[in-house]
Amino acid sequence: MDTESTYSGYSHYSGRSRGSHRHGERSRDRHKSRSKDSRSEKSVTINTLPAEPLLGDSSLRGEKVQDDNWGETTTAVTGTSEHSLSQEDIVRITKDLEDSVGLDCRRYVTRSIAVILGLLVFFTPLAFLVLPHILWPDKQQRCETACEGLVISVAFKLLILLLAVWALFFRPARAGLPRVFVFRILLAVLVLLFVTSYWLFYSVRILHSQDPDYKDIVQYAVSLVDALLFIHYLAVVLLELRQLQPCYSVCVTRATDGETRHYNLGQLSIQRAALAVIEHYYCDFPIHNPALLSASKSRAAKHLAGLKVYNVDGPGNNASAGIAQSQSRAMIAAAARRRDTSHNELYYEEAEHERRVRKRRARLVVAVEEAFTHIKRMQEEEPKKAPGDVMDPREAAQAIFPSMARALQKYLRTTKQQHCHSMESIQQHLAFCITNKLTPKAFLEGYLTPGPTLQYGKDHWLGRRWTLISEASVTSGLKDGSVFLLKCVDFCLVVTSRKIPYVQMSEEYIDPKSHKFVLRLQSETSV
Amino acid sequence: MSEQPSNDSVGQRCQITREDFICQRIEIQKLREGENLILGFSIGGGIDQDPGQNPFSEDKSDKGIYVTRITPGGPAEVAGLRIGDKIMQVNGWDMTMVTHDQARKKLTKKREDVVRLLITRKSLEEAVKHSKGSHPRQ
Repeated sequence: MDTESTYSGYSHYSGRSRGSHRHGERSRDRHKSRSKDSRSEKSVTINTLPAEPLLGDSSLRGEKVQDDNWGETTTAVTGTSEHSLSQEDIVRITKDLEDSVGLDCRRYVTRSIAVILGLLVFFTPLAFLVLPHILWPDKQQRCETACEGLVISVAFKLLILLLAVWALFFRPARAGLPRVFVFRILLAVLVLLFVTSYWLFYSVRILHSQDPDYKDIVQYAVSLVDALLFIHYLAVVLLELRQLQPCYSVCVTRATDGETRHYNLGQLSIQRAALAVIEHYYCDFPIHNPALLSASKSRAAKHLAGLKVYNVDGPGNNASAGIAQSQSRAMIAAAARRRDTSHNELYYEEAEHERRVRKRRARLVVAVEEAFTHIKRMQEEEPKKAPGDVMDPREAAQAIFPSMARALQKYLRTTKQQHCHSMESIQQHLAFCITNKLTPKAFLEGYLTPGPTLQYGKDHWLGRRWTLISEASVTSGLKDGSVFLLKCVDFCLVVTSRKIPYVQMSEEYIDPKSHKFVLRLQSETSV
Repeated sequence: MSEQPSNDSVGQRCQITREDFICQRIEIQKLREGENLILGFSIGGGIDQDPGQNPFSEDKSDKGIYVTRITPGGPAEVAGLRIGDKIMQVNGWDMTMVTHDQARKKLTKKREDVVRLLITRKSLEEAVKHSKGSHPRQ
């Protein structure tokens, strides 16, 4: 039955699309592809899904020929080099594990320091108020009205401080940055110094001399809490408000395919600016699709492969660097003079591809619209049909999915997006659309245009590690013309910043009464 | 404003506001149609109109009165008025600095049966030059 074989083919594929440990499976793959070799690429039945994307098939077959020496070539520009594991990958993964352990340690340490500091700050005023009663209860004066009012104000100010600190500092950390956050360190040091100096004065003036005037002590505690609230205000301004006013315009370019966006940022350090850029990246940039870049790589490889350089001067030449330079210059000159028709091929290939994509898209749209007409939302007033007919959204999605699956799969293969969508995700999306009364066009929107990275399954973006590469120190501020790179595993983002120019605006007043008009006529009168 | 009196109808030189024009005098008999006396042409222009839209004027800031249409077979055509003529005077009244409505009124006075127009035309200049060139000065 068509439906069942669809399940098996797709689930097998989606399970294998995750990154690690594909060596063993690749050998199994090669056997599979050999057996399917006779079948044509354009087979239309669902259960003969090729196990890997089309591009992977061709390179697999290519490697079949070089079966004997594939182990010796460490770097090969083929489509599967992104999915295979080499020695470097293993080293990198172990290093990542070590790093992540180190990072978690640092996060716990910062958290614990923050908690200790918070407790210290919170309990200091209380300690100031309570200690005299504990240490010399008999010498204390009675607490008068004003003194009681001050005690109540201390209590409420502490409560407000507690809420404010919880709101500002105890939020889930959204990123682990390479260096410490300078402003936070500054504020922590300031608070520590402040509280220490207060304790110093308290111990010398009050504890040592055993001051009996309780009102003085209460006022001392009130002044401490007030000063802490002001420090919190300083923290809000430094950490949150200062970077709100846009000051720099950054231009973010993805190195692999040139997608560019511009954002306005305030005065931030380079690492915080990088964090802001990454958060925007996940929302705005269409997902990185390595399958789309293979065409230009193959063109470049073909271009260079056609030339061979022979050294006719003999091997006894000392200036090896000079030879290399002259060789490359000779290659470039020869390549420029060679009559190259690759532009022709590119033009016709692109036109053909465009036509094919449009045809498949038309078929897909028609198939989906037809499939959606088979589903009707059951009205409440209708008499209940037999339980076999009434379905929940997931069953309804599974019922209409086979009629559009083939068209959808062919379209995804043509636009090289098939690795972004697994069958489960498509069915889930279909059930979601049916539940929320989305039209067929709304259902298709996610497949027809590549969306931002967050739209796809979690394995595309969860736990991504980014490396910040910068010439300037990452805790220094953004400047006009600063450049840094954000490297991910597959691609690289290049970020340049420009200062937003100073705007000098002048005004011009227009009196509303000065809007006067005349008619331009050309009348003709017969006499 | 000065004018040289002459009885010639064609090739008369008149001087208005220190510029020379070749003028022609045309006399039109009004035709009675029912209650109205009509002349058989339409005018356009005037100091209250937009001179830039005048297709007949050479200088697009000229706000004079121009003949824009001639009824075929009407009194104006019979008298020799042509489309594109600029009317300088009507029965002695100056037409170079009047509004459109004033011009219309001067042309449609109910008590007058005849209007004598002083018109100028671009082709008149050429005709005079041509005639002067072909015949030596008399």
